[in-house]
Amino acid sequence: MTATEVENEIGRDRRRKEDQRLITGRTRWTDNIVLPGMLHLAMVRSPFAHANITSIDTSAAKAAPNVVTVLTGSDFGEELGVCINAWPITPDQVTPGHSPMPSDRVAFAGEIVAVVVARSAAEARDAAELVDVEYDELPAALDLKKAAADETIAHPDLGTNKSAYWVFDSAEAGTGGSADEAIAKARTDGIVIEREYRQQRLIPAFMEPRSVVVDPTGEQYVMYSATQIPHIVRFALAATTGVPESKIRVIAPDVGGGFGGKLQVTPEEWIAWAVGRRLGKPVKYTETRSESLLSGHHGRDQWQKLTLSAEKDGTVTGFKVELLADLGAYVAIVGGGVPVLGAFMFNAIYKFPAYHFAVQTVLTNKTWTDAYRGAGRPEATYAIERIMDELAVEVGVDPLEIREKNWIKHEEFPFTTVCGLEYDTGNYEAATAKAKEMFGYDALRAEQQQRRDSGDPVQLGIGISTFTEMCGLAPSRVLGTLDYGAGGWEHANVRMTPLGKVEVVTGASAHGQGHETAFSQIVADRLGVPFEDVEVLHGDTQVAPRGLDTYGSRSLVVGGEAVVRAADKVIEKAKPIAAHLLEASIDDIDFAAGRFSVRGTDQGLGIAEIATAVFAAHNLPDGVEPTLDSDAAYDPVNFSFPHGTHLCAMEVDTETGALTMRKYVCVDDIGTIINPLIVAGQVHGGLVQGIAQALWEEAVYDDSGTLVSGSFVDYLLPTAADTITFDIDHTTSPSTTNSLGTKGVGEAGTIASTPAVVNAVVDAVRHFGVNDIQMPCTPERVWRAIRTGGKGGATTEAAMPHFEAEGEGA
Amino acid sequence: MIPAAFDYVAPSSVEEALAALAQYGDEAKIIAGGQSLLPVLRMRLNAPEWIIDLRKIESLRGIRDDGDAIVIGAMTPHSVVGSDPLVQEHAALISKAVGHLADAQIRHRGTFGGALAHADPAGDLGAPVLCLGAEFVIAGSGGTRTVAADDFFIDLFETAIGDDEILTEVRIPKHTGWGAHYEKMVRVAHQWPIVSVAATVRMDGGTIAEARVGFANMGSTALRARGVEEAIAGQPASEDAVRTAAARAAEGTNPPSDLNGDAEYKNHVVGVLTRRALLAAAGS
Repeated sequence: MTATEVENEIGRDRRRKEDQRLITGRTRWTDNIVLPGMLHLAMVRSPFAHANITSIDTSAAKAAPNVVTVLTGSDFGEELGVCINAWPITPDQVTPGHSPMPSDRVAFAGEIVAVVVARSAAEARDAAELVDVEYDELPAALDLKKAAADETIAHPDLGTNKSAYWVFDSAEAGTGGSADEAIAKARTDGIVIEREYRQQRLIPAFMEPRSVVVDPTGEQYVMYSATQIPHIVRFALAATTGVPESKIRVIAPDVGGGFGGKLQVTPEEWIAWAVGRRLGKPVKYTETRSESLLSGHHGRDQWQKLTLSAEKDGTVTGFKVELLADLGAYVAIVGGGVPVLGAFMFNAIYKFPAYHFAVQTVLTNKTWTDAYRGAGRPEATYAIERIMDELAVEVGVDPLEIREKNWIKHEEFPFTTVCGLEYDTGNYEAATAKAKEMFGYDALRAEQQQRRDSGDPVQLGIGISTFTEMCGLAPSRVLGTLDYGAGGWEHANVRMTPLGKVEVVTGASAHGQGHETAFSQIVADRLGVPFEDVEVLHGDTQVAPRGLDTYGSRSLVVGGEAVVRAADKVIEKAKPIAAHLLEASIDDIDFAAGRFSVRGTDQGLGIAEIATAVFAAHNLPDGVEPTLDSDAAYDPVNFSFPHGTHLCAMEVDTETGALTMRKYVCVDDIGTIINPLIVAGQVHGGLVQGIAQALWEEAVYDDSGTLVSGSFVDYLLPTAADTITFDIDHTTSPSTTNSLGTKGVGEAGTIASTPAVVNAVVDAVRHFGVNDIQMPCTPERVWRAIRTGGKGGATTEAAMPHFEAEGEGA
Repeated sequence: MIPAAFDYVAPSSVEEALAALAQYGDEAKIIAGGQSLLPVLRMRLNAPEWIIDLRKIESLRGIRDDGDAIVIGAMTPHSVVGSDPLVQEHAALISKAVGHLADAQIRHRGTFGGALAHADPAGDLGAPVLCLGAEFVIAGSGGTRTVAADDFFIDLFETAIGDDEILTEVRIPKHTGWGAHYEKMVRVAHQWPIVSVAATVRMDGGTIAEARVGFANMGSTALRARGVEEAIAGQPASEDAVRTAAARAAEGTNPPSDLNGDAEYKNHVVGVLTRRALLAAAGS
């Protein structure tokens, strides 16, 4: 292959290297791993939301065929460890202790009370049904608002459900004025919009259920886990179970999705770790789908009380946000930090002069909550983009006009927001203009009016979301000021093999994103080697000893930059060697397209030839180490701020409330694009996940604390059959926080799409007196909203019965 | 999702299957396509000691013309039923409903008789077979008997099939030339219906001479909407006439309230869908 052919890997829609093995499943999923003598675990879980454990009788289970042992919390001491919260958001945060397997009291339905160890998974599962646990039920804190009022206490020893109260006020921070004053003024001479929105509880629902294998038989204890965060798991195991870090190796083999749901240190991992150590034998635990829905952490679950003040012409003067956030039964690893990640985004793309944010995190007796694709930013984007539509209605102008009046103009970048963040680049005008044209905005508005005028039973709504987000977590210093328990840097190692191939090690731990392909493209361009010659290694603390893993749209903008810097160091190391071999001055050596050449001559050496020469080390300059291997750790000074304009057209059948999406257009500015195909996949998947919050998904509990939507019969995940063809495009304002100019894209679609869809639904039926419909916008809710002008009411807390009763055959 | 251990037998004739049923009695479950039973087993909601699999019994498969009726073998997969020309010609309502049944994978594994014997009131086949006046042929130790559709569905997951009996085939009286439409309301494509309406009509010029209307998920069994049928018979296939008849749709229904809607909502929706289904079946 000639050098010119590899010149432009960045920007090519390379098919993903990893897809064949991931899609066929002929790969190392954790559950595929079989070790000699391996035992299998099954968990016994509480059916009650809140109960004292009065006794556990394991004798029948222990006597079952091929059961090795049955262990409960009281069989372990401190070696069981604890599940940690890494982000206490206030110094006085109330944080209940979180044993992976409590022996005295359970705090949510699904909590583990015993573990069965058997020679096969089936025997373990059979015996688990024989464990006899007696409970003394306690009142359960279930409703978020009632829990916030301490009506029932989720953890009686704490005396309160209020975990932390975190505030940002622009007047106090010196980044803006007082929101309270702005609102007070607007009450006399302006506009005040007050709304309360519900972020329903969601379940990440990754494709591969969580699985863990622990092998205690070598010099190091090895944990294989279907996790997003092998490095953080290793750190937390060392910190909480008394095993030195040097004795721990954590491997995240191929991992089948996460969406934040595998950004956790789980009771299941910790129990498997303790059991493996106790027995000295490899053990495996793989959850069932039911267990996954029940006990893997959930997402969102907030009430948002919003007050927006504006001049009569629609110029926003202040915004006040008061949140209640449901933590569930424990404060998870990020936990209360999720709403804080959204705190700086409620002002979005707008020039608000005053802003106040406060969140009360609340403990309940439900499954714990934590990061779910977007983590805090979808909630913020939903709130602001919904209420900007409400302001437009109040002022009587098109919702795009109200946005344009308030947004940051492209010539005003870099712009310091009312939260004190500096947005480096962006162009909201360009993205919006392009989206409007693709959408056929004016024609759809005309059709909407025609349908209204004619009283068409099918009404049309147009929804807008001009979102931005902060992503690429990092920067470490900012995370430090927020009391987050770790940094946000990322590490890379680039090395040349003797025959001139390239191994790239990244600390970002992919679980379906396509790192292997995108990072190969970056390195191929940088080093001038063929795409196929680059191997990307990750997800094993022995292979990639330093890293902070994958979440928060950070892998490319932080990890990718670390790869760039490590690759550049390889070139710098190779240069004096090339000069020596070419018998030229280093000042006369140029590097381009994989070749070191002597300026002004046709003399040169390929980088692969240098690699071979370094391996042989027969003829290196004095004092030069025989290696090109290079490390880099990168910690950006700022987040990246992707943005975009999303437009949704929705048809509403006013007779039934049924919804049919007609058109969805998005123009996202994510800076430089490494691989358009991967980006399209991220955007499409993200859109569907955000649309699903708007229309389909909701984790529903009944009044005894049982998860009603405990299977995919009742927790409605969309499939390709439920979506339309999305029209996606981009504008490009390269980021200045990394040399590639990239911005994160992993969460953009999810963050942007939810308000666009709900705005479209509300827009379609606003003339019936409707100004909100609670998510998910079920046909029933839409129909009730049309009839009553309300939000559409609560979800009935009953599952469909298809699998409850005994079948008659079939 | 590991089922409790069970023993398994796959007889090669109806007689052998009946003998196995007689032998294992309450400890046995019959499996046809397994699309409902397997999830029940995997979620450990039921743990039979024996599974009697009908898949090797060739005589239970296939569709044949039997004069004034077509006969569908109980073990015929939905995908075969849905694309069968005899069904399309003489029982169009079934073809239409099968097209909406679950997803392609389930339609290839699941069977016509298995779904009906499971008697999920939200199943897609109950309403069409009620509308078409199907007859259920049930084999027992004393021979076979035939049960009319109106007597087949007894309650939630309960049919006229006895514990020691097996559904072998379903006879569908020919409704050649009848217009048909199946109107199914779902939030995502693969879910059970929130409400479904099956409608088939015999037209006489612009008049609906006869109509059959049935519902899924509107009670503890699939239902016939006799009030609607009476009201529309002999009426023009006009929007107004059909709307008036459809207003009787909720008579006698008792829909469950669940995450997708409460009873009040479903009783409203069934009227809207009935009007649409009738108009579509009438070709209007």
